[in-house]
Amino acid sequence: MANEVTAPLPGKIIRMDIETGTTIEQDTEIMVIEAMKMETIVYAPCDGVIEKVVKKVGDEVEEGDLIATVA
Amino acid sequence: MINNLHSLLNTTGFAHLTPGMIVMWCIGLILIYLAIKKQYEPLLLLPIGFGILLVNLPLSGLMEPDVGLLWKFYHYGIHWEIIPPLIFLGIGAFTDFGPMLANPRLIFLGAGAQAGVYLTFFASHAMGYNIMEAATIGMIGGADGPTTIFIASKLAPQLLGACAVAAYSYMAMVPIIQPPIMRLMTTKAERKIRMAKPRPVSKREKLLFPIVSTFLIILLIPASAPLIAMLMLGNLFRESGVVERLKGAAQNELMNIVTIFLGLPIGATMHADIFLQPKVLFIFVLGLIAFILSTVTGLLLAKLMNLFSKEKINPLLGAAGVSAVPMAARVVHKVGIEADKRNYLIMYAMGPNVAGVIGTVIAAGIFITLLAP
Repeated sequence: MANEVTAPLPGKIIRMDIETGTTIEQDTEIMVIEAMKMETIVYAPCDGVIEKVVKKVGDEVEEGDLIATVA
Repeated sequence: MINNLHSLLNTTGFAHLTPGMIVMWCIGLILIYLAIKKQYEPLLLLPIGFGILLVNLPLSGLMEPDVGLLWKFYHYGIHWEIIPPLIFLGIGAFTDFGPMLANPRLIFLGAGAQAGVYLTFFASHAMGYNIMEAATIGMIGGADGPTTIFIASKLAPQLLGACAVAAYSYMAMVPIIQPPIMRLMTTKAERKIRMAKPRPVSKREKLLFPIVSTFLIILLIPASAPLIAMLMLGNLFRESGVVERLKGAAQNELMNIVTIFLGLPIGATMHADIFLQPKVLFIFVLGLIAFILSTVTGLLLAKLMNLFSKEKINPLLGAAGVSAVPMAARVVHKVGIEADKRNYLIMYAMGPNVAGVIGTVIAAGIFITLLAP
C-alpha cells in the first residue's frame, strides 16, 4: 500500500482538497494540477489519513515530487 | 445629368460587387464568428477573416501589386519568407524539447505522422493537382500552419489562402477530429498502457540539442534551413538561460506582431475569383483526409513499435505526432484519462508532438528540394 501522494505529472498545483488529518479513499479527487494550460485531476493512490502536506496551491511540481504523506 | 450620376455611382464599390464577393463576405464573417464565439484559433482566424472581408470590397486596391497595403504585407512578409520563420523563432522559444530527449524513441512517432503528408501528396497529384500544388496540400496533414504557408508561398502561392485556412481550421478542430479515430484504432487495454517514468534530461543535453540539430538537419536538408535555423535559435535563447529578454521578445512581442502581419494578408489572398473554384474548395476535403491519415499512421506506427519492443508504448501517443502543439498532446492526455483516470500521458505526448514539428519542417524541406523551380 502506497503511503505517499506524489505528483503524477509536472505542472502547477491549482487546487488542493487535502490537509493534515483529511481521510482519503483510493481513487477520490484530492487535487488539481495544471500542465500545458490543462487542468488534470489527481486521485488518491490509497486509503488513509493525510499525515502531512508538503506542497501548497501555486507550487510548481515535477513528476514524482512528494506532495503529502499518508498514515 | 444621368451620365454624371452613373459615373459617380461607378466610383463607389457598389457598382462592382459580384455574387462571389458576397459569398466571401459570408466566409470571412463565419471565420470571425468561429474565432470569437468558439475561440477556434482566434489569433489567426480573426485577422484572416477580416482580411477576407477587405479583399472582397471592390476598388479598395488593398491587394493591388506594388501599391496595395495588404499586398505589401503579403509580398514582403510572406512571399519574401520572413514571417513564417519568425513565427518559428517564437515556437522555438516556447518549446521544451525535454520530453522528446527523455524518450528518444518517441521521435519516430513524430516522423510516422508525416506519412499522411506524403499519402495525400500522391493522392492529390493523382487527382489532377500539379505536383507543386499536391505537395502544398499534403502539408496540411502535418498540422503546422507556418510550415504550410512557407511551402505554399514557394510552390503554389495561388493555393496559399485555402491551404492556410484549412490547416488552421483543422488544427483548431484537433479535439473533434482526432478522438474518434483514436478510439477506433486502439483497444481499451492499449489506451490504458502506462508509460515508464522517463529518464531525467540534463541541462547540457537541452542546451546542445538546438546546436547539434541545426548542424545535422541543415546539412542533411539545406532547404529546411530558414525554418530550422529560426526554430533552433529560439530554442537556444530558451535553453541558454542568459537571454531571458530575447526569449521573451521572441515568445511574446515579436510573435504577436508577426501574427498580425501573417493573418491579415493570408485572408487577403482569398479573393472570390481565386478562392471560389472547385479546385481550391476541394483542398478542404483533401486537407481533412491528410489530417486523418497522419493521425492513423501515427497510431499504427506506435502499435508496430510495440510488436518489436519490450517496453510498451501507449499507442495514443502516435496521434500526437501531428505537430499541432500542444493541442494534439492534450487530446492524447484526455483520451488516455477516459480509459484510465490515473494515466497521465501529457508529458509523454509532448515528445512526439514536438518531434512532429521538426518532422513537418523536414518534410517541407524535402518537397522544396525536390520540387522548387
